[in-house]
Formats: sequence, structure tokens, C-alpha cells
Amino acid sequence: MFSLFVNAIVAGLLLGGFYAAVSVGVAISFGMLDIANLAHPAFIILGAFIAYILNTDFGIDPVVAGVLALPFFYLLGAAIYQVYYYSFERRGEEALRGLAFFFGILFITEVALILIFGVDYRFVTAPYIGPSIYIGDAELPLRMFVPFVISIVMVGALQLFLSKTFIGRAILAVSQDDLALKLMAIRPQRIKNIAFAISIATASLAGACLIIIQPVEPSIGRDYIGRVFAIVVLGGMGSFPGMLTAAMLIGVMESLTATFYGPSWSPAVAFGFLLLALAVRPAGLMGR
Amino acid sequence: MPYIPTRYFCLIAALVTLAIAVSARFATNDYFFFAGYVVLQYVVMATAWNILGGYTGYVNFGTAGFFAIGAYSAVVMHKLFEPPLVVSIAVGGVMSGLVGLGMGYLTLRLRGVFFAIATLALAIVLQTLITNWDFVGGSRGVYIIRPANGPFGHPYIQYLFLTMLVLSTIAVCIARAIEHSKLGYGLATIRDDELAAEAAGVPTLKLKLIATVLSGALMGMAGAPLPYYVTYLDPSSGFNLAFAVNSIAMPLIGGTSSWLGPVIGALLLATIQQIATVTISSALNLLIVGVIMVGFVVAAPNGIVGLFERGVRARRRPAKKEAA
Repeated sequence: MFSLFVNAIVAGLLLGGFYAAVSVGVAISFGMLDIANLAHPAFIILGAFIAYILNTDFGIDPVVAGVLALPFFYLLGAAIYQVYYYSFERRGEEALRGLAFFFGILFITEVALILIFGVDYRFVTAPYIGPSIYIGDAELPLRMFVPFVISIVMVGALQLFLSKTFIGRAILAVSQDDLALKLMAIRPQRIKNIAFAISIATASLAGACLIIIQPVEPSIGRDYIGRVFAIVVLGGMGSFPGMLTAAMLIGVMESLTATFYGPSWSPAVAFGFLLLALAVRPAGLMGR
Repeated sequence: MPYIPTRYFCLIAALVTLAIAVSARFATNDYFFFAGYVVLQYVVMATAWNILGGYTGYVNFGTAGFFAIGAYSAVVMHKLFEPPLVVSIAVGGVMSGLVGLGMGYLTLRLRGVFFAIATLALAIVLQTLITNWDFVGGSRGVYIIRPANGPFGHPYIQYLFLTMLVLSTIAVCIARAIEHSKLGYGLATIRDDELAAEAAGVPTLKLKLIATVLSGALMGMAGAPLPYYVTYLDPSSGFNLAFAVNSIAMPLIGGTSSWLGPVIGALLLATIQQIATVTISSALNLLIVGVIMVGFVVAAPNGIVGLFERGVRARRRPAKKEAA
């Protein structure tokens, strides 16, 4: 019983690390730039399928594939932001139409992937999928541990980028006071473009992690929408340490639910947290 | 268009309904009723979505959830009492309305985007609950045996068609009545500037809750006859994303500012889909709907009605420079 409990906690922490990789893009786009990018999970699935193609057709390691795809996702993000800016943000219509726009993109991506790949589950092969390392009673499956490490490195690197570099600080400035920058004759949309492109680029690596952890099918992206936004809201919108904590919390709660009640209940956990967070403390765990 | 009082509007709508019902008696092919049912169901869904989305500016992505609550309420009622369809529809409407009330109360005080995200997650969680609930079939799904004949002796599918026809008339009349009522003007102030409306003394939370409950209840009512229509219902078909996409795409394509937009959008899109599903493939036609929706949202924000009105205005007076 105790070892079951410990294993559930460990698995939950590893899962939470992966959730942080999934959520970090939304923490940037929704938390900092106020762009409710509902389509983010769809880009993650897209990233997973690119990793799948590169892995099965060319034998490239999925993590390397994720890194290779980064520039393409960056350009894709930049292009989407241009459309978003000129169609909605500039006209001040982002509320209703912007949401519908991203919902449409989510849907189009999903159906397009179904048309190309069908609804079969796809998976990748890599040496670290299968074996586990043991620390005492706790089992660390490498297929969970590798995404966990990638995720922590990615979030850490982004945190350093935001706090140390000029562009990073500019992104933080935009997230704090958009209007003040406009008054100082700076064009925030140029910085926003870079930031949004980075947020989409993270989906490439997160997708590679996803397909390492579990077989992927186009419509599983939807399960992540509630999770991702729950984590970002709970983490205090755009705060990385808060997001990491929230991701671990939801990972552990889901893992415990799956262990003691059955995996079919775990999608309900994140939603419960989301509603609770919205109702009780919309500023999140570590709100600014 | 000259202003028609709501009373006369409802009268005209009732006459149109009656005319369609009578002329449907001459249809020789049952497929007409099967296809017509789906089109009318989308008229209800699109109109219901627009009460909250178009009039108030709050986006509901969980339409499939509300729709499925109605459908599964009907399944539960059928298993317990086998009541007349009208009772199931009423129960489905009440259940969906209550869920709308609860969720609205928790999330509508925040910015609209939080409400939108919560509705999206709601559909997924409801699906989880239904999947784990064995009484309504769980993930295996449930079979409902459709009576051969409706209460008036017609084949049952004709009865379902007529029920949906009446429901869609009711939905359109409600939407139209709201538009020219105190409630409608209140909702419009929320859409245009919620902060200013609140400051001017509009009870925003109350109005938003009324709109959410009405919209949710109508969706539930549209869903209640579904088990009898499909005769086999499982969570993945009840919560199909196509319901959500269609009921958002239709008002956006038709135009969100009046009752007419969702009706035009639903009639147009659902009819095209009915034809395309038969002639092409159903996955491809959903892709087309998504692409058209994004196209309209980007290029024609006021939908078909907006395009038409702009055309009329441009002919009446020299083009005015559009406000940036």
C-alpha cells in the first residue's frame, strides 16, 4: 500500500513536469500576452506527429526531432500572430472573434491530422522507452523521466531568457503594461510577435515529450485544454514558478486519482481544480 | 426592414411552421425527415448559442456538453419511466439550464475568456462522468428502442421532425423577443462595454446568468430527442465536437447581431453538410466548416447578414470611411 502510494506520488511529479512543458507556451501566450490560445494543444499534437514521422521514416530520436522542428514552429507562431493581430487585436475584437479563431484552428488541425493519419494510435521508438531506474521503492520509468528533464530544462531556460536578455525583459514589460509602452512610442506587437512565436515553438518539444510518454492520436489534444488552462490559471497566469508548482500539484492529484479510483476519472481532476481556482482564487497560487 | 412587434412576429413564425408541417405531409421519402431533423436541430443550437454568444459576447465552447446533458437526461427518463417525449425534453432543458446556472455563477463574474475556457473543460468532464456512469451505458453506449409510431399515428421519425420544428420556432421566437426587450438591451450593453454597463446600474451578473440559463436550457431541449433519433447513443457521439463547432460556426457565419443570422447560418451550413456527408465524406466536410468559420471570423466579422447590410447601405449612400 505504502509503495503504491509512493509510486503514485513519484509518477505524479514526473507527469507534472511534463504538464509544465505543455503549459509553458500557454503561460506565455495567455498569461503574459493575454492571447487565449485555445489551439495550443493542437500544436502539441502536431509536434508529436512531426516527431513520429521523423522517428519512423528517418530513425531520428524524438527529442532531436523536437529540437529540429523548433524553427518551423517559431515561424508558424509568428505567422499566426500576424493574422491574429491584423484581424482582431488591432480592431479590439479579440474577445469573441479571437476565441472563435483559435477554436477554429484547433478544430482544423485536429481534423486535418485525422484525414492524414487516421484515428490509430501512433508511437515512437527510442532506447529510453521501456527501462526504468529504481530509487528505493520508487520506480522511475525513463520514458517519464526524460520528458521531465527536458521540461525542467526548457522552463528554466525560458525563465533565464526572460530575466536576463533584453528581448526577454521587453516581453515582461509588454506583459506588465502594454499601454505604457505604446505611450513611449514602442510597438508592443513586435515584441508580442516574438513572444507568441516562442510560445508556439515550445509546443514542438512538448509534442515530442508527449509521444515519448504515450501513444498519440489526433483527438487527445482536447484532453489537455482543461489541464493546461487550469495549470496556468492556478499558477497565477504567467508566473513560471507558480506554473511549475500547479503542474506538479495537478500531476500528483491525477496520478493519485488514477491509482485509487481508475484512470478514466483523471480528466475530471483538472477541471475541478480549474473551477475551484476560478471561483475561490482567480489570482492563482502565487498571484502577482 | 420595418419593425414588427414580437406578437406578430411569433404569429408569422407559427404560420410558417404550420405551412412547413403541412407541406411535409406530402414528402414521400423518409430521408427528408431524417435530414430535416438535423437541420432544425442546428437551428435550435445556433439560436441558443447566439443568445449568450451573440447578444452578450460570452463564448460558450461547451455546447456539446449542454446538448449531451439533454440527450442523457432523456436516456435516464426513458429507462426509468418511458415518459412522453415532451416530458423528456422539459427535463433535459431544466437539467442543462441548472448546469448553466451553476457554472455561470462560478465563472461569469470573471472576464469572458475564463468562462469560455471553463465551458470547454466542462464538456470534457461531463463526458468523463457519463463514460463512468453504467446506468446510462457508460462507454459501451445505450440502445433506445424507438416506438414505431408517434402519438398521432405517423411514423415516429415524422413526429421527431415535427417536434424539432416546433422547438426551433420556439427558440427563434425567444431569441427575437429578447432582442427587443429590456433584457436584450441589457445584454447588448454588456457586450459593448461591461464596465460601463455595470457603472450605469445594469445588473450584469443577473442578466448574464439569465442568458446562460436560457441558452443552456434550449441546447438541452435540442438534445433530448437525440436518443430516439439515433437509437444508439454513446459518449463519443453524444459529445461529438462537431456539435460544438457547428453551433458556433453557424451564428458566426450567418451573423451574430440578430436572430436571423444563426437561422441563415444553420439552414445553409447544415443543408450543405447533409448533402456533403452523403456525397463526399463526413470528416472532410467538418474540415470545410472549420475553414469557412475561420475565414468568416477573419474577413467578414458580421457574417452573411453583415455583408448583406453593408451592400444595402453602400447603395443608399456614398461609402463612409470605416472606423479603424
